[in-house]
Formats: sequence, C-alpha cells, structure tokens
Amino acid sequence: MEARHDSTAHKHAADHGHGHGHHEPGFLGKYIFSTDHKVIGIQYAVTSLFFLMFGFCLMMVMRWQLAYPGEPLPLIGGWLGEARMPGGVMTPDFYNELGAMHGTIMVFLGVVPLGVGGFGNYVLPLQIGAKDMAFPKLNMFSYQFFFVGCVLMMSTFFLPGGAAQSGWTSYSPLANINPGQTGWIVSMIFIITSSLLGAINFIVTTIQLRTKGMSFWRFPFFVWAQFVTSFLLLLAFPPLEVGAFLQLMDRVTGSSFFLPSGLVISGHPLDVAGGGNPLLWQHLFWFLAHPEVYVLILPAMGIVAEILTNNTRKPLWGYTAMVYSIIFLGFMSFIVWAHHMFMTGMGSAIAAFFQTTTMIISVPSVVILAALFLSLWGGSIRFTTPMLFALAFLPMFGIGGLTGLPLGLTSSDIHLHDTYYVIGHFHYVVAPGTVMAFFAGIYYWYPKATGRLMNETLGKLHFWITFLCMNGVFMPMFWVGLAGVSRRLYDGGASYAHGQHVLWLNGVSSWSAWIMGAAQIIFIINFFWSIRGGKAVDKNPWKSTTLEWEAPSPPPHGNFLTDPVVYRGPYDYSPRGYSADFRPQAQEA
Amino acid sequence: MASSAGHAGHAGHDPAEIDKHVRTYIIVFATLLVLTFVTVAVSYLHLSIGAAVAVALAVASFKASLVALFFMHLISERQVILMILGLTVAFAVVLLVLPFITNLDHITAANMPAAMTHGAPAAPGAHH
Amino acid sequence: MSAELIPYITEARPDTGLTNGKIGIWCFLASEVMLFGAFFASYIVLRTSAAEWPHGSSILNVPMATLNTVVLITSSVTMVMAWASLMRNDMGKYRLFLGTTVALGFCFCIIKYFEYSAKFEHNLLPHTHNFIALYFIMTGLHAAHVIGGMITNAYFLVAAPSYLEHDRDLLINRVENSGLFWHFVDLVWIFLFPILYLL
Repeated sequence: MEARHDSTAHKHAADHGHGHGHHEPGFLGKYIFSTDHKVIGIQYAVTSLFFLMFGFCLMMVMRWQLAYPGEPLPLIGGWLGEARMPGGVMTPDFYNELGAMHGTIMVFLGVVPLGVGGFGNYVLPLQIGAKDMAFPKLNMFSYQFFFVGCVLMMSTFFLPGGAAQSGWTSYSPLANINPGQTGWIVSMIFIITSSLLGAINFIVTTIQLRTKGMSFWRFPFFVWAQFVTSFLLLLAFPPLEVGAFLQLMDRVTGSSFFLPSGLVISGHPLDVAGGGNPLLWQHLFWFLAHPEVYVLILPAMGIVAEILTNNTRKPLWGYTAMVYSIIFLGFMSFIVWAHHMFMTGMGSAIAAFFQTTTMIISVPSVVILAALFLSLWGGSIRFTTPMLFALAFLPMFGIGGLTGLPLGLTSSDIHLHDTYYVIGHFHYVVAPGTVMAFFAGIYYWYPKATGRLMNETLGKLHFWITFLCMNGVFMPMFWVGLAGVSRRLYDGGASYAHGQHVLWLNGVSSWSAWIMGAAQIIFIINFFWSIRGGKAVDKNPWKSTTLEWEAPSPPPHGNFLTDPVVYRGPYDYSPRGYSADFRPQAQEA
Repeated sequence: MASSAGHAGHAGHDPAEIDKHVRTYIIVFATLLVLTFVTVAVSYLHLSIGAAVAVALAVASFKASLVALFFMHLISERQVILMILGLTVAFAVVLLVLPFITNLDHITAANMPAAMTHGAPAAPGAHH
Repeated sequence: MSAELIPYITEARPDTGLTNGKIGIWCFLASEVMLFGAFFASYIVLRTSAAEWPHGSSILNVPMATLNTVVLITSSVTMVMAWASLMRNDMGKYRLFLGTTVALGFCFCIIKYFEYSAKFEHNLLPHTHNFIALYFIMTGLHAAHVIGGMITNAYFLVAAPSYLEHDRDLLINRVENSGLFWHFVDLVWIFLFPILYLL
C-alpha cells in the first residue's frame, strides 16, 4: 500500500481549489515557520527527544566516574578536552557541570517540552475536535522562544568556566558565584516564557475550541491531564522567573538578594552589602519546582490512561474519581513545596504543615494509580508495544510514589535528604515512569502522525531491555542512599567509610545505564525506518474511541474532513449488545 | 451578573448603557484620586509599622478592587474568568504568606532545644 | 491562513460567553499576578529577615511617585474611555483618549527617568542595599510593562483605520484586551507605590 499521507494532503489541496487565493506555503512556511499545531508538536517532539538523548549521554559520562572514580575514561575522555578531563580523568568541577546540565536539560529541555509541547500540542486539539490551537501564531512563537532558550543553554558549555555547575536547583550562594549560571538564567527566561505562552494557548483552546457535544465530562483523561498541567505551568513558573531575575541581579549588579551578611568564601569575606536570604531562593525555586514535578508526571498519566483503556477494550475504571483527583492534585501541588526544605533549619510547626499537605497529596496520586490498575480487571488485554510500556508505568510509578513517602515525613527525611535515596525516588517517577509513558505514547500515536506502524518486534525488544535496565540503574540507589551516601558526590561515595560496602552498586547502575543507552539505538532506528518502511494503516489502527482517530493519518491542515460531533463519553469500549467492541465518541448511533 | 451580555459581540451596544458605564468610570476616578491623597497623608502620621502596613494595604486593596471591578469589568465578568482569578489569588496569597511564616519558625542557636545541644547553653544574643 | 479556521475570535462562544482573546489576556494577567506577587513575597521575606531596612520615604522621592500615581490612574480612565468611545463609534474621541493614554504613559516614564537619575547621582545603586536593589528591579520591571503597554496602545492608535475597514469587532475586542493589560499595570503600581515609598 502506498504512503497514505501523500494522497490525503493532495486531496485536501484539491478540495481547497484555487478560488481562495491561497498560496501554498513553501518549505519554510510549512516546516519551519508553521502555525499548525501538528507541525509545532513534531518540532517540539524532535527537539526534546534530541535533548533527552543528549542529557542521557551526559549522565552516561558521569556514570563512568561513579563506577570507576579517578580512572581515565577510554576514548571519550580524550575528546572532552584537557580542561575538563585532564588525562581522561574527570575533574570535580566537570562532574558538577555534567550533573547540573543533566538535570536542567532532562527536565526543561526534554521531559516538559515532550510531554506538553510535543504530545499536548499534537494530540489535544485533535482529541477535542478542534481545527488548531486558539492562538496558532502564539504557538509558533512558543516553540521559537523554546528553541532560542535551548541554543543559549547549549552555548553555555562553551563559556569560559563552562556551563552551570550548581545543580539544576541552582542554590544560592553557590550559584551566585559559580561560572555558567548567568547563561543558565538567561536561557531559563526564554524557556519559561515559552511555557507561559504555551499554557495560555492550551487553556483557551481546551475551554473554547471543543467541538459540538464535547463537554468537559466527555474529555479523554489525556485532555484533563494537559488542562491541569497548563494551570500548573501558568501559575507556578512566574515565581521562578522572579528568582531568576533576582539571582541575575545578584551576579550582574552586585545586589545581595540571596547573600547573607558576613559570607566568607575561601577565606575572604564577600564584598557585598549583605542582608540577603539564601532561603528566599529556595522558596522561589521550589514554589515552581514542586508543581513542575507534577508537570512531569501528569501528561504521562494521561498517555497511560488512553493506552490502557484502548488495549483492555474496557472503559477506564473510576474516570470521575480520576478527574477529581487530578484537579485536587494540581491544587495541592502549590502548597507542599517546602518538603524540599525540611533540612534548612525549619521549625517543627511549619514543617508539620508541609508534612501534612505532602501526605495529603499522595492520596489523589494513589487514587489515580489504583483506578488505572483496576481498569485492567476483566479487560481483554492486547500486549502491543505501547501497552507494554503503559503497563510497566504502573508499578514503576508505584515504586516512585511509595519511596517518596519517607521523604515527605520529616523524621525519616532527616536521614534520607540529599542522599542517593532521593535520586532513586525521583528518577523512578520520571525515568521508568514518565519516559516509559512517553515511549508508549510515541508507539501509540506514531500511526496517526505518519500513517504507518512502528515495528512490533523491535518495539518489544526496546521495551524489555529498557524496562530491565531502568530498574538496574535506579533500584540500587535506594540501598546506596540508605547507607548514607550523599548525592552530587563526584566519586559516588568512594572517599567515605560508610559508603564502602555499597560502592559496588554504583557499578550495577552504570552498566545498566550503558546497556540501556545502547538499546535506545533500536528505538531510533525503528522510529526513522518506519516513516517509510512501516506497515501502512488506515485512520484508526488501534480501534480507539477518541476523536483524534477520526482524522486522516496524518491529519491535514484543519485536522478533520468534516467537523466531528460528539455523542458520548470517551471510552465506550465493549458496549453491550453492540456489533463492534468499541463505539467512537463521534459515532451517531 | 450584569444585564449586558458580557462585552463580547459588541456590534449593537446601547449608547445609553455606555453612558452609564462612563458615569461609573468618572466616580471611580475621583475616588481613586482621593484615596491616593489619603494614603500619602496617612504616611505623614508616622504610625507604628504594624498600623502603617495595615492601613496602606487596606487602602491599596480597596483602590485595586475599584480598578479591577469597574475598569476591568470584573463585576460583570463570566464565571470562567472569575474561577481562573480566584485560583490565582489563592496561590498568590500562599506565595505571599508561607515563605514569610516559614522564615519566622526557624531553628536558631537561640531557640534550639537543649537536648540537641547536648546541654551546652545557647550562644547569648544570638541573632538570626 | 489558520485564522479563518479558528472560531470565537470576535463572537463569544455561547456556553462560556467569552471570546478566545478575553480568556487569553486574563490567563496572561493571572501569570503576571504571580510574577509581581513573587516580587512582593520576596520583599516581605527580605525585609523581615534583614538586620536593618530603611523607611521608603527616607530614600525615595514621594512627591514624584505620588504624581506618577495620579498620572497612571488618569491614564487608566482615559484608556477605558477610549474603549467606550470606540463602542459608541466616536473615532475622534477614541483617538483623543487613546492618544492621551499613550502620552500619560510617556509622562510616567519621564518622571521615572528623573527618579532613577537622582538615585544614580547619589550613588544609590543595587549593590548599596537590598531595598534599593528591590526598588530598581520592581519599578524597572513595572516600567518595562508600561512601555510594552504604550507600544501596544500606539499600535491600536495607528492601525485603527485598517481594522475599521475589515473587522471593527476585532479592533473593539483587542482594544478592550489591551485596556485590561493597561489597567493591570496601574493596579500593580497601586500596590507598589505605598509598599516601596510609604512604608
């Protein structure tokens, strides 16, 4: 069967005729400066996938130092220059640079742009039956701001002194004096602006551009997830932007917003007015960064929900509870942030407040996870590649969430804060959690964007190696952390007596990471080969009920050949007494 | 909600209604000017810091409400907008209050429990 | 090309009663509330954790700032009057009021320039004290918003004739939304003035 996408695009152009005076946009207008949400979604997706890979490469270099501290890194060590790896051995400063940039790139240039900019942009208008986003030009500007931010962020590697090296958390006073931070701040301002503009677009689109019959309670869960996420981005990012301005002012104009009086650095008192408060940075940072972690997970939950219900041929169990939970979760996420600050000398009263809100916020997460698990009961499960990734998400997110509990309780946090336990916890949620959900989403929506399926055999191979290696990388970290090994140590704890008996686990993590890195090549090959070589399919290969599968694959500009009308909820699978095992939302009878 | 259908689709807006709005704008303008002079005048009274803050914020909040309700037409705005703003105000209050409170409840050498200092006395005149 | 695909740009969606732009500008203003709110929160934390903090009027110029407050409040009124004139189809008054709004914004910036110059002359700079640093960043960012609003309003002054030819309702909507932004800028100053200058 010949490539379907060409014929539908031509059909659309023929329908349009020449009476409108439309000029076909050239290459630049169609692929670079497009205002079409699908093109922009793919731009975000391709860019962010590149950065996920790049951030992963940074970490693979770090993992050499953690597994074999002080040993020269073969081959690659020579490429990275004498300043950073003299004789192929990593300097502590370079380790910090890798760490800070790994975190920053993965969170802000990888996961969020893929989850929101990529999946959200591409799928949301289709799922609500809209022709595009409410503000297509603003959408294009969002991507362009993001792109500029990415270029600036990468350029910081070439600054004298290198890129940011104060952690993605950029705590003052260290971030005030360390190199690379000014470039980091300026890049972040562009990226934050991109997110804010995008959030406005998503909110207005979801409220205003729903097609006829698409009420809020008929939204696919993915749409609810993106909607709540947009509010988190809209309202939580500005305080970090303020923090960034203040830190920039400290660095550039010599103010002391985050510098206390009497600060001494390397034996010399700092020549500043002082009177500032380093904790102010932490408040401003975490006020965003806590909702940010929900920005990381919510789109993933949305993706998993879609794929689970589709591949069990059953409606989602507890849809109503899931919707209320996700709204409550979004709201609560704004009042838990100081659980990242329990060890800053916080008094017990206010610590108890944040501990309580943190415990409460685990409830909606559990409701959502439980509903997803229960949705499997009695289902007729199709073990396709997207389904495998979606299924694996459930226990992985479960582990991530459960390991968060001792961190949210102040007494256990005393022992665990800033140890490898924390790294294990948050990576479980975001790597075997969100990233695997993203893989699920890519395999799932690939036929919508291209008209072809990705290869199942390669997909399953990719899944199993990734799944096993993810656990190989992060499970050992809980033991390393419980032993008391701090995070961000450039030798992985080798110079500490209490770390000696768990050092071998660093090796387990490193080898799992390297094998996992190699396995992604399978995915990359599959992804690009299938564009032309994948099995061609019609508009609804997964037999799904939601609206995006009504549009041709790939959808033309304007998405639907006729405006869809919605007659029922999103998950009418296996309806009683019906001829097929699914009834699409847009189907009349 | 006001009788006018929000302010969307204005093609046939009644001139008499607009005149009513204009009258409101003038009254609000006058009130804002008066309150501006009030707030400056009060500052010359040199009240205690607590009272000064309370008065300044009260006057500012009232002025801001006038601008928001009448110039920005919030008094007749739709539910969607009011809900978004309500959420925003709630989180803004959280942001204004919680970091400040967290800072107040701070463990210092002066208030650290004796059990944690192994019986050594707190440093005299410790300043946080 | 996409514009004709998107509904509810000028006419309201029946169930929400709103146009896209109206919700869009309010979402943007919501983010701005959080932005300036974070500055005020920083002010609170810094002032309450500082060993000493000057009284605003001892360093800042209260009469100039009072004048600026009057300037901004007046400009808010002229802004809303410009919109009302547009609704009444009185293009003469529209141009007069909108032009005055832009001019008053310019006035605000001139007065601000004199204020800042005085600070520089007296060597009162961000590195002198956090209060001065906050003063500069908060009023500076606010002034940037004033300039942004001025540019937008100037555009609607100049571009009005071409809108009137093709899509009068679009102009009305956009001027209203621009007005909302302008009122918000005034609103921020209503808080900024007493907090920085009078306390």
